[in-house]
Amino acid sequence: MARAVTPRRMILTTIAAWGVALVIAFPVIWMILTSFKTEASAVASPPELIGASWTVENYVEVWSRSDYPRFFWNSVVISVGSTLLGLAIAIPAAWSMAFVPGKKTKDLLMWMLSTKMMPAVGVLIPMYLLFQRLGLFDTKIGLVLALMLMNLPIIVWMLYTYFKEIPGEILEAARMDGAALWNEIVYVLTPMALPGIASTLLLNIILAWNEAFWTITLTTTKAAPLSAFIASFSAPQGLFYAKLSAASTMAIAPILILGWFSQKQLVRGLTFGAVK
Amino acid sequence: MGKIVLNRVNKSFGDVAVIPGIDLEIENGEFVVFVGPSGCGKSTLLRLIAGLEDTSSGRIEIDGKDATTLPPAKRGLAMVFQSYALYPHMSVKKNIGFPLKMAGMDAAEAEKRIANAARILNLTNYLDRRPGQLSGGQRQRVAIGRAIVREPAAFLFDEPLSNLDAALRVSMRQEITELHQTLKTTMIYVTHDQVEAMTMADKIVVLNAGNIEQVGSPLELYHRPANLFVAGFIGSPKMNLIDGAEAMKHNATTIGIRPEHLDVRADGPWQGIVGLAEHLGSDTFLKVTVEGLGTLTVRATGEVSLRHGDRIGLSPQLERLHRFGADGKALA
Repeated sequence: MARAVTPRRMILTTIAAWGVALVIAFPVIWMILTSFKTEASAVASPPELIGASWTVENYVEVWSRSDYPRFFWNSVVISVGSTLLGLAIAIPAAWSMAFVPGKKTKDLLMWMLSTKMMPAVGVLIPMYLLFQRLGLFDTKIGLVLALMLMNLPIIVWMLYTYFKEIPGEILEAARMDGAALWNEIVYVLTPMALPGIASTLLLNIILAWNEAFWTITLTTTKAAPLSAFIASFSAPQGLFYAKLSAASTMAIAPILILGWFSQKQLVRGLTFGAVK
Repeated sequence: MGKIVLNRVNKSFGDVAVIPGIDLEIENGEFVVFVGPSGCGKSTLLRLIAGLEDTSSGRIEIDGKDATTLPPAKRGLAMVFQSYALYPHMSVKKNIGFPLKMAGMDAAEAEKRIANAARILNLTNYLDRRPGQLSGGQRQRVAIGRAIVREPAAFLFDEPLSNLDAALRVSMRQEITELHQTLKTTMIYVTHDQVEAMTMADKIVVLNAGNIEQVGSPLELYHRPANLFVAGFIGSPKMNLIDGAEAMKHNATTIGIRPEHLDVRADGPWQGIVGLAEHLGSDTFLKVTVEGLGTLTVRATGEVSLRHGDRIGLSPQLERLHRFGADGKALA
């Protein structure tokens, strides 16, 4: 029997949902508000809201004091690059796991996922040394590789789940129709899995964009992305909250906008396969 | 051309031999139906011929050439799947043209072949639609179209009508039969439905547990089933099988008599009581319980005014009686 939705229940649920959403979004909203306050107003106690003095000075100063476009470009290259490279490796991998699984495929998938449980600090020193020796330290290609490897298990898992949804008979039909493996992937599998591939792409761009641990550790200046840009505003002289907030807002704005426009795709992607 | 020869073809999954070893010859232009209960290996056998499964041992020849290890695309066969297996993101036209595109055929020739296939299958008005916008029958026709544009040596059908409703199944059955008459290409058709097998086939291959029970024309199987399995499987309603003393009278372990070969006559030797009468209009199926023989099915022509509980006599047409030995094989 369908559960009856009374108007009262509807109102209560809506209020609760807005309440939870506000709690989750509050830090971001507060950060954006702070970025428009003067430094004095930003640290005032009790916190000021109505009576605060508003300004765009922080943005002007952050922009003039640092090379935002370079950090932004590095972020784009690293997040998009690592995701595309990851997809190029993961599509054939997920294809074989979904359509010609071996006895150990499930174990392999679990093992791949288990690497995500490992604390990153555990490999900090080896990674750092490796990057220095290989000349990858503070290079975009180095970060692309590092983030690609970090997110590869998630990409493979997501694609594997989408591919599993595609009926094997369609791929067999393609084989009967004379499609070689490559054509089967390009003309049949990929277009059919496109919604899944798109959400994997979006999610991984966001994950890579937000990554701070490795991007800050493995860069100094040349390849530093926006996560390092934020970190550079916590100066030893003290914290300038308003400027830090302005820098952070500038760093998350592009991905926030991307996320906003693609939220439907993302939600669909994350719940794909949950309901037939 | 489309002669297919199977020589000791075996398929095992681990220790389980799904197809222990099959020998079969399919002549060019024949309509061959593989029929059998679910799990009898008929689909696996078709997939072995298609190349979608590898044989464990044995040899498959297509037009005199060894095709045992050839990939599916190189065998010159086209397949129609039970689920249609259309490409959902492509239009009907692109679906039908896909094998031609894979073969690298030039656009003008491909266009001609697609138009021709669409005309044969009444799909001309639907060429720009996606499979999702078509009915089940139309989708099946697209799947057939995709098969015929390639002009293959043989068509393989894997239970192509089982997803259609009863009325559509009958009309598609006729369409496929007519297509075979037009194209005169070898067709191998897998089904579990013996009515499909009887109505469509030039030659029926009855399979059971991965073995061929009998090969023959529909009427050969109907009139001269080689064993109890074929006797029970071919014909609808099923043949009545009787063991014991009555069979002994005919020097057999089991005797079989088809429902249509039992006459209702008051003085018939087998006296029984009508349990159930199914009135179909053209025929009436009676379930009659005969003492010592069990429940027999009788097919009476036309409308018969018999009801539950009526006492009747049955008389078997002795020349139509089938006799089977202890090993289940038919006795001469």
